[in-house]
Amino acid sequence: MRRDFEVGSEVVHALKGISFDIAEGEFTSIMGASGSGKSTLLNILGCLDVPTSGEYYIDGIAVRTLSKNELSVIRNRKIGFVFQSYNLLARTSALENVELPLLYNHTVSGRERRERAEYALEQVGLQNRRTHMPNQLSGGQQQRVAIARALVNDPVILLADEATGNLDTHTSYEIMNLFQELNGRGKTIAFVTHEPDIAHFTSRTICLRDGHILKDEILKPLSL
Amino acid sequence: MNFFNLLKIAYRALLRNKTRALLTMLGIIIGIASVIAMVSIGQSSSKSINDQISSMGTNLIMVMRAWQRQGGVNVGSGNVQSMTERDVAAIRANCRHISMVSPVVNASGQIVYGANNWPGSIRGGNAEYLSINKFEVTSGTNFSDDDVRNSAKVCLVGTTVVENVFPQGESPIGKIIRFGKIPFKIIGVLKSKGQNQMGQDQDDVVIAPYTTVQKRILAINYLHMIMASAASEQVAAEATAEIESAMRIHHRRQGATDDFQVRTQQEMLNMMNSVTGFLTVLLAAIASISLVVGGIGIMNIMYVTVTERTREIGLRMSIGARNSDILRQFLFESTILSLIGGVIGICCGLLLSYGVSSFLNWPFMVSGMSISISFLVCAATGIFFGWYPARKAASLDPINALRYE
Repeated sequence: MRRDFEVGSEVVHALKGISFDIAEGEFTSIMGASGSGKSTLLNILGCLDVPTSGEYYIDGIAVRTLSKNELSVIRNRKIGFVFQSYNLLARTSALENVELPLLYNHTVSGRERRERAEYALEQVGLQNRRTHMPNQLSGGQQQRVAIARALVNDPVILLADEATGNLDTHTSYEIMNLFQELNGRGKTIAFVTHEPDIAHFTSRTICLRDGHILKDEILKPLSL
Repeated sequence: MNFFNLLKIAYRALLRNKTRALLTMLGIIIGIASVIAMVSIGQSSSKSINDQISSMGTNLIMVMRAWQRQGGVNVGSGNVQSMTERDVAAIRANCRHISMVSPVVNASGQIVYGANNWPGSIRGGNAEYLSINKFEVTSGTNFSDDDVRNSAKVCLVGTTVVENVFPQGESPIGKIIRFGKIPFKIIGVLKSKGQNQMGQDQDDVVIAPYTTVQKRILAINYLHMIMASAASEQVAAEATAEIESAMRIHHRRQGATDDFQVRTQQEMLNMMNSVTGFLTVLLAAIASISLVVGGIGIMNIMYVTVTERTREIGLRMSIGARNSDILRQFLFESTILSLIGGVIGICCGLLLSYGVSSFLNWPFMVSGMSISISFLVCAATGIFFGWYPARKAASLDPINALRYE
């Protein structure tokens, strides 16, 4: 299977014409100071936004001309988001939080939804925390639930937005380790961060500055 | 988007905020409860009035004297002397739908027994008068046709008269009372009927043969009224028409208005019903204002909820909820709230009206109509007042919603 990602945009203050591919199975970090355009890039990658000009292909689909509803379906089936502040639903068990994306996918039956959510929790090592509420979990565990939620729809790309930003160094490294494991199992991951030591865990780093790609380098990833 | 999944989403969202959901429902509960209670209480009161009128006999037909002009002078109905026993005979002979008929004359005066006296009225009728007016004799007997023929000085008394004229509690049967100057022998006591719907005491009554009242008290040979009983309620209208034509046999007046009028208890019933019906509508209208207030309460809370849950909405959009899914989720939430509130409200309203009607000794009336309308109104309230907040939620931009603090 061939997979190309191209992004080009001419938004005045954000992306001033960038172009790159992310291949299947890559673990890419997107670095940049604030205002460099990395949030805009992430929104486009996550199909929350569309480029003004140029094309973005995800899994071979041109996204720019899709309607809002079609974008929703793409987000639902092909993208997994992990946020800095986890964004788990309060007073909702870990399992139900993980099930959430599948509730918006009517092709998944109730039983399959449960099985897939349980499997996703297993993948992040939280199979014993199914019925726990977010406030009963530590920050790292909450982020693991959020990662399980991003994995549950078996996305073609996992998008993490400062996913370690709210965690202490030790937990951050654990989470990065988990991402590496997932990557080792073939997951494509794009990780937006402004912390260079976090970026060291990834195999490729794209640096943005003022809407341009400053450098795009492939490194040997650090492992713990 | 699967309907069941949406229901699940909305349901889970509501469960996360039980207290708030309950408070939101409260407005609807109060609104629906008051509508149900008011309608039910209105119907109960109308039923109780109906029952009272029916206890007087709904097939009762009264032929009364109508006012007349004589040479341009309105002489009123009291001076009309044309109604006589011939009319009673004509009604008896010609009306198939009439089961009983009685001439009526009334007089008032002082009732005296020993040292006790009581201002009362005496009604004269024939032996059928009691059945027509649904009176019953508890002790003693009714007067007979012979008593009527002989203008016998016998009478039946109501319990109010007995209490006032025989305060020592002695048996009135066989005692002689005076009505004005005329002595009457009491041959029976009537069963108590209580007050009628106008508040009149129906037990403050003396009934005697009409011939006695006509000849010995009033010295007249005409009648004040004729009372008849239709064979059943269903034929009351035909019976009325028959009486009118029978009456005209002896009241043939070319080109003039009738000097009598026929009234039925049904007309009375209709009048009372229109009054109570109006009151019920009025009560329901007032109560429905609280329902509107309850609906606005839902809208209010839903607005706050949407603002408070902006990040959640952003998250749902980012994991694939379409705008229409968000819209429907919030519409469902408000509809579920108002429907559950409605069900609780219906139960509360029924309990309330049951309490009120059993307290007032009214019959307990439930109308399936008011319940089903309330239910529809609940659903409509949820959708109507949930629409704006839901649209606000659905129109959020996911990027901004996710960053909302």
